[in-house]
Amino acid sequence: MLRRASGLLARPILSARARSFATDLPAAQTADETFVKTWKKVIPNIDPPKTPLSFMQPRPPTPSSIPSKLTVNFVLPYASELSTKEVDMVIVPATTGQMGVLPGHVATISELKPGVLSVHEGNEVIKYFVSGGFAFVHANSVADIIAVEAVPLDRIDASLVQKGLAEFTQKLSSATTDLEKAEAQIGIDVHSALNSALTG
Amino acid sequence: MAMAAFRREGRRLAPLISPRPITAVRSSPLPPTHEDEGPIGVRYISTQVVRNRMKSVKNIQKITKAMKMVAASKLRAIQSRAENSRGLWQPFTALLGDNPSIDVKKSVIVTISSDKGLCGGINSTSVKISKALHKLNSGPEKENKYVVLGEKAKAQLVRDSKKDIELIITELQKNPLSYSQVSVVADDILKNVEFDALRIVFNKFHSVVSFLPTVSTILSPEVVEREAEAGGKLGDLDSYEIEGGETKSEILQNLAEFQFSCVMFNAVLENACSEQGARMSAMDSSSRNAGDMLDRLTLTYNRTRQASITTELIEIISGASALEG
Repeated sequence: MLRRASGLLARPILSARARSFATDLPAAQTADETFVKTWKKVIPNIDPPKTPLSFMQPRPPTPSSIPSKLTVNFVLPYASELSTKEVDMVIVPATTGQMGVLPGHVATISELKPGVLSVHEGNEVIKYFVSGGFAFVHANSVADIIAVEAVPLDRIDASLVQKGLAEFTQKLSSATTDLEKAEAQIGIDVHSALNSALTG
Repeated sequence: MAMAAFRREGRRLAPLISPRPITAVRSSPLPPTHEDEGPIGVRYISTQVVRNRMKSVKNIQKITKAMKMVAASKLRAIQSRAENSRGLWQPFTALLGDNPSIDVKKSVIVTISSDKGLCGGINSTSVKISKALHKLNSGPEKENKYVVLGEKAKAQLVRDSKKDIELIITELQKNPLSYSQVSVVADDILKNVEFDALRIVFNKFHSVVSFLPTVSTILSPEVVEREAEAGGKLGDLDSYEIEGGETKSEILQNLAEFQFSCVMFNAVLENACSEQGARMSAMDSSSRNAGDMLDRLTLTYNRTRQASITTELIEIISGASALEG
């Protein structure tokens, strides 16, 4: 009798556990189904490989009214600097100039040039110098900023910036091939941006 | 318990009381009885062969145990970097979605594998998945090419798909992996290979014992524009305003290249983690098997040794009793 009772108890517990796993990735499954189906038809013996969607948290849907905070994900190759942080505003150094992003900003894709990224949360402002990358603003007030390198402004050495600027200006004047000229120009751009970041 | 062991020994030795003990013949693959020096007429059964095997198995066990430790320390170093880089590809998938089943003319399969072996089955899994993707995307007017990263996949793919391989890149891990190195490799691939869709096949590091083969799809800017106009998953890409003086196609081009280098970076790190984890478990099972083999050999060694002692005793005793009466 005890065995039967434990059997009865075990089954609902198992199904509860199975149900809790199923709620982990609701939306992601539908996207991959066509892939899984075509895979199973052609290659029935091997399990289909996973796709990135199954490893990602689904993004929140677009709200009907403008939310009060902007959710920012700021990622670098070696770290996620900010992930799903709620802030008031970010100012990104787009190629057309400093662009301010507030909650409810229209969906945008913009390329970044070397410059200062500032994150405004309440009264505090955190500034980073970013080397370049992309910024996406989605309709649901989520901003993704992907940069190759970013440093907080207080870690930059002003004297090295001046030295670098002088070095690259000299390289540009002595450059012969287009490639060298382009490299020197990039160096000058980055260093002058660093300079203005430190001063301005 | 000791009496039971003795009884068992007695039972085992009973059939051996014959001029040529059978176990000695069974345990040595070489022709039996390597005659040692001794009084004439006395034969020593040689335990040399078993002893040699035991020595080599013990060495193998030590080596595989050391390799496991090395793999564990390398895994620790690279695991944190791989987990930190996981945020890198998520914005791109959030923006462009994931279209593994997209229908394109030219698809290039980038297979990421390790340079060194002894890492279990992960390289074979990657190659199997790559070949399956090749088959999945084959059809009239469609071509599939391979770009191979790593020696192990190169060895397997060169055998039957040599004409489809565009580019082979090896020795990626000679210097510690960095974003600049991977972006150089990505640049190389983008310059030399024409593609409509790039499929990166790698093993994603899920945990120390589980590695999931994964395929990440990156579309070329033309395909992205085509899909955006067609609607569907990329349909709302048009609703995104392009900030900047450049045209939409230039931005999409830069976006695709940046996406490729970011996804490659994460893929290479995850594959390196999976390689170290797989090597750890392979070396662990190898040292465990060596330990088992050593136990079995020890038993055989003891049996052989005891059999030789018994034979010697019997010969002496029977010789003595023959002299007496």
